[in-house]
Amino acid sequence: MSDLAANREIDRSRMAVSENVAIQITNMNKWYGAFHVLRDINLTIYEGERIVVCGPSGSGKSTLIRCINRLEEHQAGSIVVDGIELTNDLKNIDKVRSEVGMVFQHFNLFPHLTILENCTLAPIWVRKVPKKEAEETAMHFLEKVKIPEQANKYPGQLSGGQQQRVAIARSLCMKPKIMLFDEPTSALDPEMIKEVLDTMIELAQEGMTMICVTHEMGFARQVANRVIFMDQGQIVEQNEPEAFFLNPQSDRTKLFLSQILGH
Amino acid sequence: MADLTFVRHEMVPEQAPPATSVGPRGWLRENLFSSPLNAILTLLSLGLIWWVLSHALPWIVLSSWTASSLGECREQIAAAHGEGTTGACWAVIRERYLQLLFGFYPSDLYWRPLLAFGLALLALAPVLFTALPRRLLWLSAAAPFVVPWLLWGGSVWVPVCVALGFGLGLAALRVVSAAAGGLAGVIAAGVVPVLWWLFLAWVAAGLLQAILPFGITPVESRAFGGFMLSITIGLVAITLSLPIGIVLALGRQSNLLIIKAICVGFIEFIRGVPLITLLFVASLLLNYFMPPGTNFDIILRVIIMVTLFASAYMAEVIRGGLAALPRGQYEAADALGLDYWKAQRLIVMPQALKISIPGIVSTFIGVFKDTTLVSIIGLLDPLGFSNSIRANAEWNGVVWELYGFIAALFFVFCFSMSRYSMYLERKLRTENR
Ligand SMILES: Nc1ncnc2c1ncn2[C@@H]1O[C@H](COP(=O)(O)OP(=O)(O)OP(=O)(O)O)[C@@H](O)[C@H]1O
Ligand SMILES: [Mg+2]
Repeated sequence: MSDLAANREIDRSRMAVSENVAIQITNMNKWYGAFHVLRDINLTIYEGERIVVCGPSGSGKSTLIRCINRLEEHQAGSIVVDGIELTNDLKNIDKVRSEVGMVFQHFNLFPHLTILENCTLAPIWVRKVPKKEAEETAMHFLEKVKIPEQANKYPGQLSGGQQQRVAIARSLCMKPKIMLFDEPTSALDPEMIKEVLDTMIELAQEGMTMICVTHEMGFARQVANRVIFMDQGQIVEQNEPEAFFLNPQSDRTKLFLSQILGH
Repeated sequence: MADLTFVRHEMVPEQAPPATSVGPRGWLRENLFSSPLNAILTLLSLGLIWWVLSHALPWIVLSSWTASSLGECREQIAAAHGEGTTGACWAVIRERYLQLLFGFYPSDLYWRPLLAFGLALLALAPVLFTALPRRLLWLSAAAPFVVPWLLWGGSVWVPVCVALGFGLGLAALRVVSAAAGGLAGVIAAGVVPVLWWLFLAWVAAGLLQAILPFGITPVESRAFGGFMLSITIGLVAITLSLPIGIVLALGRQSNLLIIKAICVGFIEFIRGVPLITLLFVASLLLNYFMPPGTNFDIILRVIIMVTLFASAYMAEVIRGGLAALPRGQYEAADALGLDYWKAQRLIVMPQALKISIPGIVSTFIGVFKDTTLVSIIGLLDPLGFSNSIRANAEWNGVVWELYGFIAALFFVFCFSMSRYSMYLERKLRTENR
């Protein structure tokens, strides 16, 4: 696994974890048909936390974070995001979704819109921000992810790393309180992984609450304040990164770490 | 062992390509004679083209334009080009082209359908070509009321009152949803205009006409015919089938079981029944179900049937486009907090429709050509008219000339649609690349 983030100085002055709960997941269970994919998940995430979720393929990592913005529905237990409980109430779901940004493995930019339009669409139509203001915000965040000059191109004209940074900027334009990342770098070439990780590190330094499914262990060591290890739909172990990597408790974790760090 | 090292000391200068690969000779070689088999096929095709043209061209050119019957035609051609020459009898077109275009529409009112279709084209232009000024869209909104008025004539207050129904619906939506919530507003927006159209609109139009009479000569549906009829039916069916098709395709994907069942049932039923059957239902059966004395215009009935037929096909074409859209697009729209309708309008439909353009235009072309089926229920579209022309003693036996003329006119329309679709595809492709 790449250690691209390892040699970077991290400014921790604003990376404080607050006392306020951002996400509260209690006894949550989810099934796909008869398949019990998430089992008795209990998780409290505080504002300002940077959480890395890892685990073998098929362990339910994606499903877990997709439950947080209700891309997937859970069948038992409760999920409360920013004080709003996720139920079948569409109003609540839309409210949560506009507070929670999400970045996908395959970017999922809208190919028929320009980069700028990708970034202004949701603020204009969901937050009702005037077009001009939305464009200013979009340019601000595009500058932040270091591609303002691409604003008028279409997604198909950008490299994978650039597309993923646009996807991050697009989420940030909604001024979310929480950001979810589902393997944001695993569809990218090594040199592009670095540019995306740099963007994410910057975001972390500003105190954003982040939940990140990734196998970038360098990123986890440097940025995360907590690493969660999942297997077979359960949270098997969670700890501070240092302790997690140097002194894993469960056998499953040891096996997993030996596999991904071993070569 | 051989020596594997190599160093180039002199660079090869740039040279002109061999004559066999450029210029006309190169083109011929590459496209027509690239292999013995291709050469044989080229020669065979040239022979075929020559054979067709050598028969068709003399027939087209050695023709008569002035005769008043088929017999006279033959005499004129024989006199001019020698005994035994066969030539086209274009005189039938010269004599009857106005009827083939307008049917029995009063000849002093020909300007009305012409103006109406000109208006319809102008109204479609801003929809078809996004570069045109957006102000033209007002024309697009007015056209659905002005065009039928020009075609059928009558009091100007009828289209005004019909249009007023939409205004009332909008007002109801505003007022009721402010007073009693969104769902009540939507229901009111549906119910109020329908009540207005069913009961009050005609009374209001009559009253207004009595107070302030203004109208143009009414023309009965029976007088409609020829190409005008095909275009009227085709244009309405084409413009309405797209939105209805979109709604049906979305309904078919809906999570709501009843809506889904209705849409699937409708689509499968209509697609499972020949259009002719639907047209017979429109022309014969519906009369039995109507209260006696009501006069439900035959052209309107046919238009409704053709539109429903086209919509079912359109729905399936659009469903194909929807299916081709990656799930990630829906998820990204959801994750940004866009609700269902906004996601459909802003993300899903623009992409799905773009994917389906070739299928949509094929359906359009099919519908336009299918309008000729109305001749079977006795409407005088170009085909119906050509039958009645050939039933005349003077023109009995004229076949190629009439059908050739009709085919040429249909070709012009269908080919333009096809070209437009290619223009649109090219434009959207460059936009996104
Ligand atoms: N829509 C679905 N229907 C049925 N089963 C599903 C569905 N989506 C995922 N699964 C199953 O649920 C399990 C967990 O999937 P999930 O995508 O959450 O895994 P993951 O931990 O993200 O794996 P990866 O590292 O490969 O992305 C897998 O066994 C998968 O096959
Ligand atoms: Mg996954």
